[in-house]
Amino acid sequence: MSSDWNKDRKIKFTVQDPCQIVRKSFGDEVADDLRFVVRSVVGEENLIEMTPNKSNNYCCGGGGGFLQSGYTDARRAYGKIKYDQIISTGADYCITACHNCHAQVHDLAHHFGGTFQTVHLWTLICLSLGVLGPNERTYLGDDLKEVDVFHPETAL
Amino acid sequence: MSESSIKIKGKKESLFIDKVKEIIPDGGNLNLCLTCGACVSGCPATGLEGMDPRKFLRMASLGMDEELTTTPWVWMCTMCQRCSYVCPMKIDIPQLVFNARAAWPRDQRPKGIRASCDMAMRNDSNSAMGTAPDDFVFVVEDVLAEYQASQPEFADMKAPIDKVDSHFFLNQNSREPVTEPDELVPLWKILHLAGVDWTYGSKGWAAENYCLFLADNDCWEHVTRVSAKQADELGCKVFLNTE
Repeated sequence: MSSDWNKDRKIKFTVQDPCQIVRKSFGDEVADDLRFVVRSVVGEENLIEMTPNKSNNYCCGGGGGFLQSGYTDARRAYGKIKYDQIISTGADYCITACHNCHAQVHDLAHHFGGTFQTVHLWTLICLSLGVLGPNERTYLGDDLKEVDVFHPETAL
Repeated sequence: MSESSIKIKGKKESLFIDKVKEIIPDGGNLNLCLTCGACVSGCPATGLEGMDPRKFLRMASLGMDEELTTTPWVWMCTMCQRCSYVCPMKIDIPQLVFNARAAWPRDQRPKGIRASCDMAMRNDSNSAMGTAPDDFVFVVEDVLAEYQASQPEFADMKAPIDKVDSHFFLNQNSREPVTEPDELVPLWKILHLAGVDWTYGSKGWAAENYCLFLADNDCWEHVTRVSAKQADELGCKVFLNTE
C-alpha cells in the first residue's frame, strides 16, 4: 500500500473508532492497528485525530439499534457531539470501519450540513493499491472520484 | 434520639435492580456507585428524555422500577460502554439498560428494531432485510463474475460460499448485497491480494443482529446459533464479524 496518491493533494482524514471492536472487544491495541493502516493509506501527516479517541472515544449513536429505533431526532441530538468532533478536525473525510458508524456519521453530515465525506476503510485501501474501479466510489467526494481509477472504461 | 431518626423500611421484594444483579456476572457491581458522574460527562445520551446513566442507576437503586422500565431512554442508550469504561467502580450500567429493554412487552418495543429481528427469523440468512440464502448466493456469484470479466487482473479472485475448511468464516452486512452490491468488491479484492483463506456461509451470512438490540434473548440465541453452526459445519477456524 502507498499514500503517494495523497502526497501532493494533502486531503485530510479523521477516523472513528468503532465502540464494538475497540472499547468493547480488543482495546487500544486494535485502535493502533487501525491507525497503522490509515496512516499507510492516507499518509501520516494527513490523519487528524479526534479527541478523545480510541477506548475513550464517544459513540457516534449508530449502535444498539438506534438507527432503526424510530427515535430519529434523539439519535441526531446524540450524534451532535460526534459531528462537532469531526468538524473540529477540519477533515475532508471521516473513515468509518463499522457499518453502523458509517450509516450514522453519513446521516449526521447530511443532517447538520457538514461537507465531509463518510468512507469505508476498504475503499481507501483499494484506492491506495490502485485497484479501485469507477463503480466502487459511491462514498468518495468529487476530489477523489477521478483519482487513479482502475479500469475507467467500465464506468456505468 | 434514635427513635426519631428515619427508619429505612425493609427492602421491597424483587426490585428490578436485584433481579438484574442475579443474572449478570458479579452482579454488575450495581450497588457500588460513588455518584461521581464520570459516566454522565462522557455519555452522548446524557440529557435525552431528562435521563443520564447515573440518574438511571440511582433510580434503580431507589426502586423506581416503573419509571426505569418504561422510559424510552433505554432505546437511546447504545450500550457503548463508555460509562462503565471510565467508571472507577466498573459498574455495568449497559447491562442494566439491556435488561430494562427486555422488561418492555415485545410488541411495545421499537417497531423498526422488532421488524428487523422478525425478518432475521424468517429464514437461515439472519438478514434484517429478509434476504433469502439463494438470493445472497445469486448476488455474490453474479457480481463476482462481472468483476472477473471486466477487471481481468482479478480473473482469479474468489468470493467463496460454503468453502469447507476455510480459515475465516466472514459475515456480511445485508446492505451491500441488497442495495449496493459494488461495495462488496473492495473487500474481496483486499482478501484476494492478501491471500486470505476465507468463506461466506450460505446460511448465517448476515452480520447485523437486531434481535440482540431488541433484547429478545431467544431470537438472539437462534440467529447466533444459525451462524455458529454453519461456521462449525464448514470447519472454519475463525469467525470474522464485520459489524
